[in-house]
Amino acid sequence: MKRVVITGAGTINALGADVPATLEAMREGRCGIGELEFRDVERLSIRIGGQVKGYEPEASFNRQQLSLYDRFTQFTLIAAREAIEQSGLEFSGDLAARAGVVLGNSGGGMTTLDDNYRSVYEDGKNRVHPFVVPKLMNNAAASHVSMEFNLKGPSFTVSTACASSNHAMAQAFQMVHGGMTPVMIAGGSESMLCFGGVKAWEGLRVMSKDACRPFSANRNGMVQGEGAGVFVFEEYEHARARGAEILAEVIGYAMTSDASDIVMPSKQGAARAIAGAMQDARVNPDDVGYINAHGTGTAANDKTESAAVADVFGAHADKLLMSSTKSMHGHLIGGTGAVELLACIMAVRDGIVAPTIGYEEPDPECALDVVPNEAREARVEVALSNAFAFGGLNAVLALRRFA
Amino acid sequence: MSDIEDRVIAIIAEQAVLEPSDVTLDSTLEELGIDSLGLVESIFAIEEAFDINVPFNANDPTESDFDISNVRSIVAGVRRLVKEQS
Repeated sequence: MKRVVITGAGTINALGADVPATLEAMREGRCGIGELEFRDVERLSIRIGGQVKGYEPEASFNRQQLSLYDRFTQFTLIAAREAIEQSGLEFSGDLAARAGVVLGNSGGGMTTLDDNYRSVYEDGKNRVHPFVVPKLMNNAAASHVSMEFNLKGPSFTVSTACASSNHAMAQAFQMVHGGMTPVMIAGGSESMLCFGGVKAWEGLRVMSKDACRPFSANRNGMVQGEGAGVFVFEEYEHARARGAEILAEVIGYAMTSDASDIVMPSKQGAARAIAGAMQDARVNPDDVGYINAHGTGTAANDKTESAAVADVFGAHADKLLMSSTKSMHGHLIGGTGAVELLACIMAVRDGIVAPTIGYEEPDPECALDVVPNEAREARVEVALSNAFAFGGLNAVLALRRFA
Repeated sequence: MSDIEDRVIAIIAEQAVLEPSDVTLDSTLEELGIDSLGLVESIFAIEEAFDINVPFNANDPTESDFDISNVRSIVAGVRRLVKEQS
């Protein structure tokens, strides 16, 4: 089997418009969650989110592109440009024919859907813009990345709600690992911070009105975010031969299904995914120094996830660090695993563990070291990234420090 | 006022797939077999039926400003919200 390394990373999210800005915010424990700004927000009872502020689409895209790119596609392309530029790769010939892009996404072009439903239902218009369908389809972002960078290999979108990005990256890892292709672009994105998007989530009564406080006893729900994270997964010898900078090594993953409930998480399903990822990566529990938690800030997730980690790691659970960066960038749903992988890269490469901010009161049901409120220096050999989706679909990735 | 009681019981009974006569004021949602999703759906149905907003967060049902410990407390909560509304 081939070794797989990460040679490029890109993002845009509420914490920053690129990777350096995002990592700086994570190191400083800065909160990107604030008042939502969009049409009809006053009709929502949930009015906070990790929204990308000060964003000017015209700075990155021309008029023709903007008529075709929903916000989630724009975010994806911005992240992909940063990642691929960092990798130094150019796709032509055989490499272009074999390299592809697998991205996670849950809501597709939700703002396009929202705008156009409003136009036909509320404004009573009988005509919509001709590009509504190519803008809103879930695979639009993957297709535009493929077109912009000439990626002609296996390319598609994975949709498993909050685990979409982890499933996508696991799939891309598997393709490089198995020798199908030397390079895959992987990650995910989401942009559902619009009236209809937030209203739908509001209905489920699991959203917080004031803050995302994962693992804190007074947590009262999740907060949505938006943005994208994109990575270059490259076969190690391919990367070494061209002298590429290696950010981290991807060493394994596992995927499981709870087969139990459409919204309630399962400790067994989560534990099997965590244990499975370590087994696939051939590491022992005490090799793991950091877990980027799913940590949504809901009552149900955080206690279930803590119990799963305690079960899998036994005594080592008290030594490892586990934080939820959703407290800072919000829950990016289908894009969340991708942005959270940045915290794992920072942990193994820089030895800095991002904090769980907003942490106010210990919860005996979440009695792990969740790196409360301030980032911490720690030498981390192996990091795991958890994602446990609605629908009971789980995916966990394992990264190792590249030395 | 008993109209509110009957309507709330009818909504809860429908959610529990029971006859309204099987639902008493002392019944708890747990006894009626209503789980967390059923609870969220019941609250939605109550909001729609009475045109009110029920302060309820599924993360912390017991600390919401709306007592769901049994049918009686739910009826009382709805009465209060309907009264505040008018």
